Amino acid sequence: MEKLIPAKERLLKSNKKWMDGELRGKILVILCAVIMISVTISITIFLGSKGLQSFIHNGVSLIEFITSKHWNPTNQASPQYGALPFILGSFAVTFAAALVAAPLGIGGAIFMTEIAPSWGKKILQPVIELLVGIPSVVYGFIGLTVLVPFIREHVGGLGFSLLAGTIVLAIMILPTVTTIATDAMSSLPKNLREGSYALGATRWQTIRKVLIPAAMPNLLTAIVLGMARAFGEALAVQMVIGNVRDIPSNILDASATLTTIITLNMGHTTYGSVENNTLWSMGLILLIMSFAFILLIRYLSSRRKM
Amino acid sequence: MNSKTADRIATGVFITIAIIIISILVGLFYYILVNGLKHVSLDFLTSPSSNVRAGGGIRDQLFNSFYILLLTMLIAVPLGIGGGIYMAEYAKPGKVTDIIRSCIEVLASLPSIVIGMFGLLMFVNLTGWGYTILGGALALTVFNLPVIVRVSEDAIRSVPRDLKEASLALGITRWHTIKTVILPSAFPSILTGAILASGRVFGEAAALLFTAGLSTPRLDYANWNPFSDTSPLNIFRPAETLAVHIWSVNTQGLIPDVEEVSNGAAAVLVLSVLIFNLLARWIGSMIHKKITATK
Amino acid sequence: MVTAFKDEPITNHFLDHNSQQQNEQILQINHLEIFYGEKRAVNGITLDIEKNAVTALIGPSGCGKSTFLRSINRMNDLIPGARAKGEIIYEDLNILSEDINVVALRKEIGMVFQKPNPFPKSIYENITHALKFAGIKKKSELDVIVEESLQKAALWDEVKDRLHKSALSLSGGQQQRLCIARTIAMKPTVMLLDEPSSALDPISNAKVEDLIVDLKKDYSIIIVTHNMQQASRISDKTAFFLSGDLIEYDATEKIFTNPSVKKTEEYISGRFG
Repeated sequence: MEKLIPAKERLLKSNKKWMDGELRGKILVILCAVIMISVTISITIFLGSKGLQSFIHNGVSLIEFITSKHWNPTNQASPQYGALPFILGSFAVTFAAALVAAPLGIGGAIFMTEIAPSWGKKILQPVIELLVGIPSVVYGFIGLTVLVPFIREHVGGLGFSLLAGTIVLAIMILPTVTTIATDAMSSLPKNLREGSYALGATRWQTIRKVLIPAAMPNLLTAIVLGMARAFGEALAVQMVIGNVRDIPSNILDASATLTTIITLNMGHTTYGSVENNTLWSMGLILLIMSFAFILLIRYLSSRRKM
Repeated sequence: MNSKTADRIATGVFITIAIIIISILVGLFYYILVNGLKHVSLDFLTSPSSNVRAGGGIRDQLFNSFYILLLTMLIAVPLGIGGGIYMAEYAKPGKVTDIIRSCIEVLASLPSIVIGMFGLLMFVNLTGWGYTILGGALALTVFNLPVIVRVSEDAIRSVPRDLKEASLALGITRWHTIKTVILPSAFPSILTGAILASGRVFGEAAALLFTAGLSTPRLDYANWNPFSDTSPLNIFRPAETLAVHIWSVNTQGLIPDVEEVSNGAAAVLVLSVLIFNLLARWIGSMIHKKITATK
Repeated sequence: MVTAFKDEPITNHFLDHNSQQQNEQILQINHLEIFYGEKRAVNGITLDIEKNAVTALIGPSGCGKSTFLRSINRMNDLIPGARAKGEIIYEDLNILSEDINVVALRKEIGMVFQKPNPFPKSIYENITHALKFAGIKKKSELDVIVEESLQKAALWDEVKDRLHKSALSLSGGQQQRLCIARTIAMKPTVMLLDEPSSALDPISNAKVEDLIVDLKKDYSIIIVTHNMQQASRISDKTAFFLSGDLIEYDATEKIFTNPSVKKTEEYISGRFG
């Protein structure tokens, strides 16, 4: 085209015209990446420093905060800031939900991959996708109008309870557990199954002795991801759990979690007050836990590679 | 118990589990739609909500939900595609890329209430805006960004390498190749992913409680001046969305017809999300067909 | 004996050998080595490419011929960890040098790939895509170039009535000729063809071969091929590669009738590879 121009001018980078657009594009996408990093870092820094204020500025004892079971911030004379009931509540409801969702989710995954791989997946897959699509407030609302009265009338207690929270959360994390467990099961090499069947094992023996152990790290990842979601879920739990400040003595007792206390009180405490600051400390615990879940998942996936 | 019987029992258990999962979904949808659609009428959709009296609608909440969704997508999609391009095309394996990947992972796993708290700190208090639509949209952007980045990265990576090489071999720069060859090919997957993500954003409430607020000022839909306080388009006004409305009438509402309003609102919410899902599938397959058409 | 070719005196032997013809050279390749990470894929190759001729690169899979080809328009830059040492001299410039504008280079040294890879756009847009980027915006001008390049690629008659239909609606052979047409449209000086007809049926293959012979009037062509018949039918010079070494480089007729190296004879007669 422009062959009359000497090669040096055509081919050397000194001719920078073309590089303008190239550079602009590169800067643009790098900027996007930088924004993602800075958002993550600022979330960590802002929530970190805000969460520590109650300990540094307001003199709330960290030990009291995480070990005392007395939460009474509005007591003028001697306010008490023990968040243990909420921390325990969060863990209790998370583990209980995982306990319900794990067998269902993994069972569903095995159904889709081992029992009825042809049509089972066609039915269950869209079911799972639809479950994901239901917003968490809708889960909370149905929990409130169906589950809570049901428990009150047929099981006992007030209805607002750890049990109600557990069931709602279990259904909410079921799609997460099922999806990842299905991926785990279907990525197992075919010869595992064939080898086991060739030795005369039944399907159940193959599943229990060969497939589940082989997929174990991935199945655990599925459960941990589900738990991470359960630990951070706020509104659905808040609507059904009852939100009391005592440690529940059994599963039918009302309870509270970190997220439900934050949800409930953030709006009507004064920004900057001690009580408000302790809510931010609870938020910090949520943040730290979500880092912990990531580390746990990384640990599991590093085990998988071995 | 011999192994044959154990096998049969196990199979029965797995089938039962599948039936339980399916019945949960059927039960939920039946409940939401049967109870909800009774209350959904044109009047319900077009009249304002009431704080104390029965018979309120969800007009403003519905508008707010779509408006916040639109704003969120306007911010998150370009940003997310940019991030996706970076990860798929520019990031070299190494420390920096690992850090960015970890950041995406962290953002993706943050509980939405934590994102709401961050929004409260940044977009409500630090900026001094108070509860605003913009603050809500920014919080939802944080919530939504990792999904869009991941969707875009995957879509860009799955564009055949052939196409990229063809363009580069013709003396086209990398950026121009990305703009004119790679992005158009990745577009259907990105669009599908973005619409699916819209469904999630539409139903999100926890991140909005402390950023867009629990109230909506009196709106005048004839007022199109985005700087006016009563204009629905004003991005610096508080806005309660549909999902937040369901939560607030149930936990702090005074209206006597809580259940009717929530049922109706829940049905509208779930149907909207369902429509987003179907739309995503439909558009995805439409564009796929159009591109691979062999006429 | 393979290692012997890395030494300078013997590589000079190639130059001497070809000196009878004294054709103009378009590319001079000196001691080219290409690495993927630690692994060396091409071991110090020296050869000259003649202008307006078809040069065929033959050899078994993994012998480095495609890697070699892709280094001539710096397509290897796309592969993480790939790097090249040595020189490829084109118009007195070493195109492996850091300050070469690869974008401008690829306009002059075009490439057609093994698998037809038209853009998922119309036939017309496939050709104008790069032209527009190069700054040709006028419709009348574009129309002329589109017709010209499709004519040259022997595709015009088959597609002239459906220029605005999707390129993906063409048959494999037509798609490959479209890819050649879109490279021609850029008016390159050198065309690199990486097994351009290996994915095609025999009839399409024959058309592409005719086209290549026809194109050498205007372009210098380097073609990688697995097909011995193809190499002997269409090329003027043939280079035989084995495990990253250049074993023999000579006039095609000589290579296929009376090769100097035993390995070449063994490969050509189908004893390995």
